Amino acid sequence: MTDRRPNGFPSLRQAPPIDQFNGAHSSQSSRSSSPNSRAIPASQLPPSRPPLALASPSKHPPGPLPTSAPIGPSNINSNPSGGSIEKFAPVVNDNSANINAQHLILDGNVRWKRATYDQYSNSEFGANPIENRSVGVAKSSNEIPARTASSYFGEAPAKQPLVDVQSTFNRNVPANPVRSSHGPYSNDTAQVIQPHVNSQLAKDEVVTKIPLNASVPSDPIGYRSQTSFNRNAPATMNSNRMPYGGVYSHSTNVTQQMGALKIDQNRARIDNSAPFYGNSANQIRPAYNQNVPQAPANVVRTTYDANRRPPLPQNSLNSPQIVPNSPQIVPNSPQNGPNLAYNQPPKVNLHSHRYPTPFGDHAPHHYEQQFDLLQQPNVLPPIKEPPPAIRLLDQTNVEANCSPDLFRCTITNVPESASLLQKSRLPFGLLIHPFRDLAHLPVIQCNVIVRCRACRTYINPFVTFSDAKRWKCNLCYRINELPEEFQYDPLTKTYGDPSRRPEIRSSTLEYIAPAEYMLRPPQPAVYLYLLDLSRAAAETGYLSTVCEVLLEELGGVPGDARTQIGFVGFDSALHFYSMSEGANQPHEMTVMDVDDAFIPTPDDLLVNLHDRQDLIVDLLRLLPRRFARTTNTSSCLGAALQAAYKLTASTGGRITVFAASLPDTGPGKLINRESTNGELTDASKLNPANDFYKKMALECSAQQIAVDLFVLGDRHVDLATISGVSRFTGGQIQRHPLLDGGGGVATRGNFARSFRRYVTRKIGFEAVMRVRCNRGLSVHSFHGNFFVRSTDLLSLPNVNPDSGFAMQITIDEALNDIRTACFQCALLYTSSKGERRIRVHTLCLPIVKSLTEVINSADQECVVGLLAKMAVDRSLTSGLMDAREAFINAVIDVLGAYKVSLNAGAAPSGLPAPDRLKLLPLYVMSLLKNRAFRNDRSIKLDERLCKMMEMKTKPLYMLMLEIYPDLYAIDDLYNQPVVSTDDGEEVNVPVRLQLTARCLRNDGIFLMDSGEKMLILVCPNASPDTLKQMFDVSNLKSLVSSSDVPELENDVNRRLRKFIDYLNEDRPFRAALEVIRDDSPNRGEFFERLVEDRGENALSYYEFLQHVKTQVK
Amino acid sequence: MAFNFPAFSYIIALIVDAFLIFFSLFHVIAFDELKTDYKNPIDQCNSLNPLVLPEYLLHILFNVLFAASGEWFSLCLNVPLIAYHINRYRTRPVMSGYGIYDPTSIMNADVLTRCQREGWIKLAFYLLSFFYYLYGYVIALENDHIEHT
Repeated sequence: MTDRRPNGFPSLRQAPPIDQFNGAHSSQSSRSSSPNSRAIPASQLPPSRPPLALASPSKHPPGPLPTSAPIGPSNINSNPSGGSIEKFAPVVNDNSANINAQHLILDGNVRWKRATYDQYSNSEFGANPIENRSVGVAKSSNEIPARTASSYFGEAPAKQPLVDVQSTFNRNVPANPVRSSHGPYSNDTAQVIQPHVNSQLAKDEVVTKIPLNASVPSDPIGYRSQTSFNRNAPATMNSNRMPYGGVYSHSTNVTQQMGALKIDQNRARIDNSAPFYGNSANQIRPAYNQNVPQAPANVVRTTYDANRRPPLPQNSLNSPQIVPNSPQIVPNSPQNGPNLAYNQPPKVNLHSHRYPTPFGDHAPHHYEQQFDLLQQPNVLPPIKEPPPAIRLLDQTNVEANCSPDLFRCTITNVPESASLLQKSRLPFGLLIHPFRDLAHLPVIQCNVIVRCRACRTYINPFVTFSDAKRWKCNLCYRINELPEEFQYDPLTKTYGDPSRRPEIRSSTLEYIAPAEYMLRPPQPAVYLYLLDLSRAAAETGYLSTVCEVLLEELGGVPGDARTQIGFVGFDSALHFYSMSEGANQPHEMTVMDVDDAFIPTPDDLLVNLHDRQDLIVDLLRLLPRRFARTTNTSSCLGAALQAAYKLTASTGGRITVFAASLPDTGPGKLINRESTNGELTDASKLNPANDFYKKMALECSAQQIAVDLFVLGDRHVDLATISGVSRFTGGQIQRHPLLDGGGGVATRGNFARSFRRYVTRKIGFEAVMRVRCNRGLSVHSFHGNFFVRSTDLLSLPNVNPDSGFAMQITIDEALNDIRTACFQCALLYTSSKGERRIRVHTLCLPIVKSLTEVINSADQECVVGLLAKMAVDRSLTSGLMDAREAFINAVIDVLGAYKVSLNAGAAPSGLPAPDRLKLLPLYVMSLLKNRAFRNDRSIKLDERLCKMMEMKTKPLYMLMLEIYPDLYAIDDLYNQPVVSTDDGEEVNVPVRLQLTARCLRNDGIFLMDSGEKMLILVCPNASPDTLKQMFDVSNLKSLVSSSDVPELENDVNRRLRKFIDYLNEDRPFRAALEVIRDDSPNRGEFFERLVEDRGENALSYYEFLQHVKTQVK
Repeated sequence: MAFNFPAFSYIIALIVDAFLIFFSLFHVIAFDELKTDYKNPIDQCNSLNPLVLPEYLLHILFNVLFAASGEWFSLCLNVPLIAYHINRYRTRPVMSGYGIYDPTSIMNADVLTRCQREGWIKLAFYLLSFFYYLYGYVIALENDHIEHT
């Protein structure tokens, strides 16, 4: 089997199981003891779910369904204003509008405050504390009794300013009245969810949760509305809506007649290098739309221009494709929605603007939808798809589940046994972003935090109440008492219905912890900066940026009145800056003996930020000049870390290290391991050279000190070794090469932005994070920066909102006696204000029995995110080539498992992939071409390692942009569909393009968004008018590479800036922007990311698919 | 009746093996404690690591005696374990001290299970070989007795 392999791939093993990343031991090996683990073909399994009141949408045939009201496209499209659609998209706490906008403080007297979390967090960062009391009144729905401000304030109601009630709450107004105007949802307001009987767990317990809001649109309804919507939708796509259609003249005439489909049989022989995508197959559009019989035969004229940039049949992206051997035509895909945007550009109101789909959470799940990847190369949905919805059958509070932005599982239906998981070959794990900045977060202060007495699970929306006094834990099934306090419903001020408590309404919330959650009194926020003062550092000029940003942001540093700050410099010696009381200016003390460094005047090195602000400002003004002309080339980072450790050990805190040169003196000194003729990709150089930094990290971790590492400049600093100090202290690692202006104009600005974000962002000290799950499930391993203190407990000296974590889960025992699997992540931390807080996220997933359900519920982005993290581990243990193989094997395994699960008599000839995994090969291929995993000797060791660390720690939404950047054509924004953001702004958002040169036009302008950087490519024939309007240049030649789009008063420019703002909206900091020409020296940066094209000893996407196909058995 | 060299090596092996049994017992218990959250991995590694090399050296010690006394069969029984020990130490994580356990990677479920399994297997091996050494000791004395009579 080796002879058929294309060049780029090493010889492969026969597809091993998916846990190949885990080395020899396979902890998911099938267990013969479990009755369910015997290999049973999916078809022979019993019906996967017991029949319940709410049937799964998959059970419905795609045919017409009875709907409660006639629904046409107008129902959806005529909804420009907001509110209603927004309700359906996945967002954290949207289910309970009356809770999530609150800052609840319940003490003995049951006193109430109500404010948005925005205001709360403002006040935490030292803004006006009065705002904390500003009150909004949710006064909208017929379910929620009208309240006045006084009802939230025990004492002083009327005096409180009613600040901006509308704007605070307009998003949180329960949308029932609006929703009832929708046909299918009209019965929602009257809907009473059937109390269900959990037959297996407690035969006699009737769940007494009847949500008074009843804002739970049940799935079948959503499905029906979608179905009928699509059936009535005019799905014809005219070629004038094809973005690039008209440009080309080579024609592929596709005549299509009703019911008689011609498929070009030549597809199989398409030359790889030739753009087979332009072939006719994609233009074939079966007449599936019975309601629109007049669908015209499509004649698409296309041509290939001299640059061989064939057209992307963009408008057929959503058209149903024909899978030869499975002739059923899948009529409606979730992406049909945006297609309509072309017909009659609607204003799609976004709920979560990263998933701009009008159906949000309730996009139907097509179990039967199947793609033949080889025949449908344009798999990328033109707008981002939401993560798969979690379908809990027996929960009345489906919407209470944790937002996928925070907590996400690779498989949204948990397989019931390890053998089933093994059959699906999917990696099983959770991706979590626990400390993400949230707009609305219920904060609760109460005397007793209600937790299960056996497993210490926090009470959450998925528990069941056996009666008003007792609740049953959903993780261990113990019956617990409810404290008296919990009976009180703070909103209605009534007793007796515990299910209305915020704890039960929202699965993401924060408790203010009482004293028993503290080992010691909350410590002040301590920030210590270790500044590299060597020659290499001076060359990068980072110090002036750092000092400037710090000077500007000193007031915005999170912390209370006790906040301390200090600076230590290091080159071949240690430089301490004493800012003693009464001194006129800071004093520098230099310690030359770095092997046994002592700390002079320990009291005046870390000083109170507010008391000594003048001295600090003085120091920050002096520092950049002081060392600008240094000739000292060595660095004693190890000694500096030891000194910093001594300084902060008593309080804990954050040490920020700026390193630009290899530490070559003092303790922890290193030798340059970088080889001159390219880097080998074996594991040895990716692993540390010594364990000094790791031991340092463990010591710091024990004293609650986190070390963040900024690597500056392009010199080798042996990141593999020194990153240990951050990796095990919950720190973060950033690398900013080319600060000295050598290449990118944008880099310095980017460093300033990211450092500004770093200084001002929220921070949690002395944190621990525990992940609990049902018995039978256990955490196998963790990914991210932390120290694992016990099997399910992570020690995080600092936690920041920009780092994500992942954990792999194993199924130890069969889960056939329970119907849902729950994961609860509790993050206990000390806020910068010195408050001990617990942030709890709970995720509940259904358990299924059949392979089909497992595979069809995969969350491809999450799978790719987890695979990337596993591959980093694999690279470090057994080398890069091994990890690359494992990637390919993962794809082969998953697609092979899907083929098995199809269980078709005649195996489909192509490469079938389920809807939910259709992008997996694409993403994996882009990972193989990512700088972290590329087999390219020219990539520097540090850069590769930094990319790998990012793979481990970046939250998923940023990681996906890094793996597969978004490409947009921005030269014609005017004609692009409009979405409106949360602020009511209207933005033209073009469709995403595949990352291939085929998508580029000679006269286009393209924006590639890779998360931290946006590149705007101006192609040679771009219209001068557009250039003039967009960049204020008369022709292409005068366009110089710049780092920004000028602000001009014209429509084109304004739309572009709005679009860029829109893309930046969710980021921790604005992405660096760079405008480049097609002939710029750094055009490579753009074209390198066009991952679908064939590169130097790398396969094109189609070749990759063909390779995978030969391996899938 | 003289006490010959094979008998001496067996009696040493017997005594050392008893120590090794305790070592492996401790090993198993330590990893069980880690699994059940009783101990901090840093502390546990600090207590386990100093014992690794002594265990390996003790094991090699009586095998040297076996080699010297020409007890080839007993030596062959132990050679795989010696090879395993050498390989284990060679591929240990980068660390400055002695030992093979790294607190940052030890909590990985794979590592934990592997170490625990290793402990059980070694315990069984040492127990069985204890009786074998006892038997070898008696046989050696017997041979010695036969030679003298």
